[in-house]
Amino acid sequence: MSNPYIVLPVIFQLFVAVTLMFSWTNKNLQKLISVVGSLIALLISILLLLKVNQEGIQTMQAGGWIAPFGITFVADTLSALLVLLTAISGLAVSVFSVGSVRNARIRFGYFPILHLLIMGLSGAFLTGDIFNLYVWFEIIIISSFVLITIGGEKAQLEGAIKYVAMNLLASVVFLTAIAILYGLTGSLNMADLSLQVAKVENRGLVNVTAILFLVGFGIKSAVFPLYFWLPASYHTPPPAISAIFGGLLTKVGVYAMLRVFTLIFIPDTFLTAVITIMAMLTIFSGAVGALMQNNIRKVFSYLIICHIGFMLAGLGVYSTLALAGAVFYLVHDIVVKTNLFMISGLIFKFKGTYSMRLLGGFYKEQPLISLLIAISLFSLVGIPPLSGFWGKLLIIQGALDSANILLIGFIVLGSFLTLFIIARLWSEVFWKDPQELPKKEHIKYFNELKPLKKQAMLASVVFLSILSLGIGFGAEWVMRMAMHIAENLMDPSAYIQAVLGT
Amino acid sequence: MELLLVIIIGLLYAAGIYMMLRRSLVKLIIGLILLGNGANLLIFLLGKIVKGEPPIIGPSEKMLGEIYADPVPQALILTAIVISFGLQAFAIILIKRAYKVVKTDDLDEMYATDEDL
Repeated sequence: MSNPYIVLPVIFQLFVAVTLMFSWTNKNLQKLISVVGSLIALLISILLLLKVNQEGIQTMQAGGWIAPFGITFVADTLSALLVLLTAISGLAVSVFSVGSVRNARIRFGYFPILHLLIMGLSGAFLTGDIFNLYVWFEIIIISSFVLITIGGEKAQLEGAIKYVAMNLLASVVFLTAIAILYGLTGSLNMADLSLQVAKVENRGLVNVTAILFLVGFGIKSAVFPLYFWLPASYHTPPPAISAIFGGLLTKVGVYAMLRVFTLIFIPDTFLTAVITIMAMLTIFSGAVGALMQNNIRKVFSYLIICHIGFMLAGLGVYSTLALAGAVFYLVHDIVVKTNLFMISGLIFKFKGTYSMRLLGGFYKEQPLISLLIAISLFSLVGIPPLSGFWGKLLIIQGALDSANILLIGFIVLGSFLTLFIIARLWSEVFWKDPQELPKKEHIKYFNELKPLKKQAMLASVVFLSILSLGIGFGAEWVMRMAMHIAENLMDPSAYIQAVLGT
Repeated sequence: MELLLVIIIGLLYAAGIYMMLRRSLVKLIIGLILLGNGANLLIFLLGKIVKGEPPIIGPSEKMLGEIYADPVPQALILTAIVISFGLQAFAIILIKRAYKVVKTDDLDEMYATDEDL
């Protein structure tokens, strides 16, 4: 159904960003506009999801050009759900930024860029045109480049160089893949490509193009062996920025893979084997990497990689059940990873360090906040009935159906290592006897902050923790949606029909 | 013409990847620029190079009559050029800042992110 309002989440974020630029010097006004804007964006995306749920897939043909000639925007359930999660993460990070981001950074345009990043993310989820997806990816990375370097500390710049180099390389690979795909089919519209690629006789070239897409998206979503930029850069910017990066940026790559490898390239045995092996090694290397780390933000960075592996495993198994598991895990992961990086910021504000060796006694000092943090950590591990459990369960069920025992072994190993890592983190940070830490002059500790800032930081963590509990306890509702999405991914005829109208 | 372009594209990709594998920051950026140009030429090549008319429908005609050049690859290349221009400008400023702060342009010397904080 044609509906021009589906681009509203994108346009509205642009509007907020522009409004923020007009109040460049007034930082309090910027904070207010950002939070209110994120709230309205959340409302808009809830409405979008409800609309898609009621009336099916919504499309918008830019400029009235009929598909496949113009640029198409498509909101199916997967897109609308991810736009909603982007808005949720955006709201949480915006509120958290009010409390935690230093004025110097706000003066250099932190908030406008944050909203441009969220605009890029929403656009990437909604577009139905492969070249347009490339453009949204570029908007995302240029915004993230600014966010990762804003402040200009030494570690930030060094991390940024690795981040920038790898992301630019990923863009070139993606662009190369688009060029070959256009040469093969003469189309850019994803629904049309789905029909055209099936007709191409030179299957070898199609597989090469698919692998190029896999490499391009693989760098973005940090899968083995392309993830090395992530642990080198995600712990360098302030926690609010790490939170939006950890929660959403790698997930766009996963979304793009889910879309491209179910709609355009239907994986054959070769491609599923490649994806499955990548998934297994991603899980393993992420978990083992996290074992070796002492900095809690680096531990979380490696856990991002490990859990990207779970979603990739769902794609590798390639059945309705496993894809539903991947989608469920994606939902859970966006909420929990955003929250984890905000929590690391919270711990830093109390203690002035990220080092597990130096931290300790947090539970004794702040029992309530510790319990709040425990919710997220337990969800991450996937203790039933919390949110991390259900996605993994579905993926394992799907893998059982296709008798992929090795993959199940790696998923269980990854989950076990995650449990071990979190248990170690808990005992080091929360239960160990506290040590005397030197007071650092340049850090504003939590107790020295204004009440409003304290509340902002806590409120965003509480918000996402409740949401993660909600995903766990309301699993049936999320599961039904995930199953619906997975069915549509396995059989894209509804998507194609909605776009091409035939 | 096609063969020439194929060779040029191959050279650009090879040179770009070779430059990216060097340790110097400046060479990293040059490598990225070469790769980007290679990708743009690839789009141009795969959009089928034909000696034809521009894709303009005359006032008295209803549709394109003669063989015409596909305008889509050109639009794609223009977009890609503009985007990569912005990104490369950012990357160049970034390496300048990094050079001032870290005081080296050797990537092997940049290990502050691996330090145990």
